[in-house]
Amino acid sequence: MRVVEKRQLLSADEISRTLKRLAHEILEMSAGSGDLALLGVRRRGVPLAERLAKLMKESAGLDVPVGTLDITLYRDDLSTVGAQPVLHSSNIDFSVDGRDLVVVDDVLYTGRTIRAAMNALFDLGRPRRVRLCVLIDRGHRELPVEATFIGRTVQTSDTEIVEVRLREVDGEERVMLVDRVSD
Amino acid sequence: MLRSLPHLLGIEGLTRDEILFILDQAKPFQEFQRNPLKKLATLRGKSVALAFFESSTRTRISFATAAARLGADSMNLQAEASSLKKGESLSDTIRTLEAMRPDGFVIRHSSSGAAAFIAERVDVPVLNAGDGMHEHPTQALLDALTIRDRKGKLDGWNITILGDIIHSRVARSNIHLLSKFGARITLCGPPMWVPREFEAIAPNVRRTACIEEALRDADIVMVLRVQTERLHEPALAPEEYILRYQLTRERLCMARPDALVLHPGPMIRGLEIDPAVADGPQSAVLEQVTNGLAVRMALLYHLVGRAPLDAPHPAKDRSNASD
Amino acid sequence: MLLIKNGRVLDPASNTEAALDVLLDGGRISKVGANLSEQGAEILDASGLFVAPGFIDLHCHLREPGGELSETIETGTKSAARGGFTAVCCMPNTHPVNDRASVTRGIVERAAATASVRVWPIGAASVGSKGEALAEIAAMKEAGIVAVSDDGKPIATARLMRQVMEYCDALNLPVIDHCEDASLFAGGAMREGTQSIRLGIPGIPSQTESICVGRDVEVASITRARLHIAHMSTRASLGYVRAAKRLGLRVTCEVTPHHFTLTDEDVIYDSRFKMNPPLASRSDRDALIEGLADGSVDAIATDHAPHHPASKDVEFDRAPFGIVGFETAFALGLDQLVHTGAMPLMRLVELFTTGPARVLGIERKIAVGEPADLTIFSTEHEWIFRAAESPSKSRNSPFDGRAFRGAPMATIVGGKIVYRR
Repeated sequence: MRVVEKRQLLSADEISRTLKRLAHEILEMSAGSGDLALLGVRRRGVPLAERLAKLMKESAGLDVPVGTLDITLYRDDLSTVGAQPVLHSSNIDFSVDGRDLVVVDDVLYTGRTIRAAMNALFDLGRPRRVRLCVLIDRGHRELPVEATFIGRTVQTSDTEIVEVRLREVDGEERVMLVDRVSD
Repeated sequence: MLRSLPHLLGIEGLTRDEILFILDQAKPFQEFQRNPLKKLATLRGKSVALAFFESSTRTRISFATAAARLGADSMNLQAEASSLKKGESLSDTIRTLEAMRPDGFVIRHSSSGAAAFIAERVDVPVLNAGDGMHEHPTQALLDALTIRDRKGKLDGWNITILGDIIHSRVARSNIHLLSKFGARITLCGPPMWVPREFEAIAPNVRRTACIEEALRDADIVMVLRVQTERLHEPALAPEEYILRYQLTRERLCMARPDALVLHPGPMIRGLEIDPAVADGPQSAVLEQVTNGLAVRMALLYHLVGRAPLDAPHPAKDRSNASD
Repeated sequence: MLLIKNGRVLDPASNTEAALDVLLDGGRISKVGANLSEQGAEILDASGLFVAPGFIDLHCHLREPGGELSETIETGTKSAARGGFTAVCCMPNTHPVNDRASVTRGIVERAAATASVRVWPIGAASVGSKGEALAEIAAMKEAGIVAVSDDGKPIATARLMRQVMEYCDALNLPVIDHCEDASLFAGGAMREGTQSIRLGIPGIPSQTESICVGRDVEVASITRARLHIAHMSTRASLGYVRAAKRLGLRVTCEVTPHHFTLTDEDVIYDSRFKMNPPLASRSDRDALIEGLADGSVDAIATDHAPHHPASKDVEFDRAPFGIVGFETAFALGLDQLVHTGAMPLMRLVELFTTGPARVLGIERKIAVGEPADLTIFSTEHEWIFRAAESPSKSRNSPFDGRAFRGAPMATIVGGKIVYRR
C-alpha cells in the first residue's frame, strides 16, 4: 500500500485567505458575544485556532481565549490492533461553563472526532453554545454532525486522504489530496 | 516501549524512558480528576479483575475507581471471602477468574513473585499492585510523579527512606526507580530491618542506623509504615521505634528546608510519623493519593485498553486522525 | 550369566583403570579379565563405555509409605536405575515415620516386590523424628536399616545427638544429620543474600547450617562415633568437617549435584529452584568443588525429593522444599567436575561408589565374589534430560531441558540389567 499525491487543494496563500474569511465570519455570527472562545482539536486544529484568534485580535481588537482539546480518551474507534494511542493533555485555562465555543479542526470527515470533542467538552462543563469551524469539509458523514464555518468543501472518495500541512506542525503550508494505491 | 510490554510486574525491569512515558501519560489523567464529570467511555466494555489476595483498602479502591472512571467494570476478589481459605490453590483461583474472561488482572498478594506467577498462567495483561516484599510498582510511579510535580524534576535528589526496609515492597520499587534517575538513596531504620545487601541491588544506595545522619541534606523523605503483620523476628517496642526513628518536626528540620515528605499510607500517626509533620506544608501525602489514581488510570488505559490480536479493523476516521 | 565385554573397567578400590571384561553369574562377579568368553552367557557390549562398581545414593526420599502421590518405591527406583544407581538409601520422613521395625520391614518388603534397585532404609533417630525419645534403633537395625537420621529436620539438641551417637556407635551405625539451626531458619525460603533481598524472599543465612555442623562435630569429639553430614552446602561447614577429620574424628559428608552446579544467583520465582539447604553462594559452590576434588568430601548424594506437580505449582514461598535428582546426578558430575578438569574421572566414580560405601561401612568393588552390581556409563553420549519422560511421579527439576554430554548407559543389580539406555 502506497500513498500517491493527487492534487493540491489549497496553497499557502489560499489557506491564509480562507482563515481570514473564517475569522470574519465567526466574529460576525457571534456579534457582541463577550464569552466567545476557540477550542482547537489536537493536533492541527490547535495552530488553526491560534491563528484565528490572532486574526480576530488584528481585525477587531478582540482577545478571544484559545484552548486545546485532546480527544484521545473520548474516541469511539479505539478498537485498534496493538498499542493504545499516546495521550496528550488538553489545555483549557478558562472555564467552559456558559461559553460561546467554537471548536476548530482541520478536516471534517465522518464526524466521529467532533462527537468525541463534544463528549470531552461536556465533561468539562456546560457551554452555552458549541459551533464547529473546519478548514476542509470532505463529506462522508457517519454521524449527524455539521460545521457552521467551513473553509472549503471538497468531494472525495473513500480511499482518498485529505492532508492538511501546516508550518507549525509539518514545516510546510498546503492542503493535499492523496490516494492510497495497492502496490 | 511500555506500550508493547504485556504486563507491569515491577520497576526493576523498566527503562528510564518507559518510566517517563508512564508519568507523562498520567498527566492528562491528573487534569481529568479536576473535571466536574469524571467518567469516560474509553474502556467501556472492558473488565478488570481486581484479585486482592492480601487485604488492602486504599490500593483496591484506587484501582477500582481508576477502572470505573475509564468506563471499565471490575470483578472484585477479596482475600477474606476468597476460596483460598477453603484450600484452593492460587493456580486454580486464577484459572477460575480467567474463565470469566477479564481483560486484565490487578494482583495484590502476600507472596513475592505472585504477580509473575500469575502472569505466566494467564493470557491477559497483569498489573502488580504489590507482591509480598518484592515490588509495588504503581506506588513508586505515583511517588515519582509527586516528586516531579512538587520539586520540578525527578533527577539527582537525595532521598531518605525511613523504616522497615527489608519487608517493604514500596522501598524496593522506589530504590529501583529513583536510582535510575541519579538519586542518592539513604536507607535508615532498625538495623535488623536494613540489611547491607540493599547497597548491592542498585547504585548509590547507603544505609545508616542513625536517623539524624540519614536526614542531613535530604531533599525527599519517604516514611514507611511499621509492618506489624510481616515480622518474623521479635517485635520492636513502639516506644523504642518512636525514640529512634519517628519523623518528628525537629528531625525534619535536619533535612533541607524544602524537603518533601512522602508516605505510602496508611499512616499510624504518632508511630512512624509525627501528626504535625503528616499534616504539615512539606507533606505531599494527599497528592500521592490523587496521583495514584492518575497513574493507575494511565496504566489501565495502556495495558488493559490495548486490543487483543483478533480485534476488528480500525475505523475510517483514523486515516485523517488528529494524531 | 552376563558377560560385559569391551568396556573399560574403572575400580577405585583397587585403583584399576583397564580394558577388562567382567562375567556375572548367580548375582555375583565370577570373573574379571582381558578378553573373556563364556558359552551361554548373554553379552553386553560395552565398547566405548566405562564399567564401574554400582553407584550408591546415600540420600533420597521414596515417599512410600504415605506419600505415594509424589513417588513410590517402584517409581523412585526406576528413576534411580536410570541414573545409574544400584542401591539407594531412603530417608525415614515417610508417613508414618520409619522409626520402628514394623515400618522398616514394610519398606523392605515393598522394595523386594517392586524395586528396580537395592533399597537400604535409613531409620529415624528419635520417635516420630520429634527429637525427644530415642527410636527403636536396634530393632530397626535387625529389620535392615543402614544408618540413622531425623532428616527433614536436624537432630534436635546436642544432648540428643550425643545419646544417638553413643547408642549407634555400639550398633555400628552412622548417624546422619540434616544440619540446621531452627531459629535462624525461621520462615526462610532461599539463601540470604543480595538475590533474596532483590527478590523479596525471606532469607536463610549460611550460618544456619554451619552452626549445627559445628555443634555436631563438637559432639562427635565427645563420642568419637560415626557422624555423616547430609547435603553439606557451605564453605564454613566444610571447614568444620576438615578440622574434624584432621583430629581423627570419624566425620564424613556428602554434597548434592545441585549444590556443586547452581548458586543463589540462579534462583528465580520458580519452585524448582527451592530446596533445603537452599542454593548457596558462588564462594560456597567453589569450596564444595574443591572439597569434592581433594577428598574432604566423601560422597555425592542426590537428596532426590519428589513432590507431585500440583504441590510445587504454587507461589515460591509456599512451595515445599526439594527437587528430584537421580537421573541428572552423574551427568552433572561429569559436566561440572570432570569435563571442567576439576577432578579425574576416577575421583568422580569414587564419589559415587567407594565414598558412599565407606560411609556405610561396606565395600564396593569389582572383584570376584562381590555382588554383581555395576554401572556402565559413557562420558560422551549426548542427551537432553526431560522431566516429563522420567519414570518418577514428580517433575520438580531445575535441569529440565538441559543438554548433557555423558550418562549412565546400563545399570546392573544382582547380575540383572535393570536399565539400558
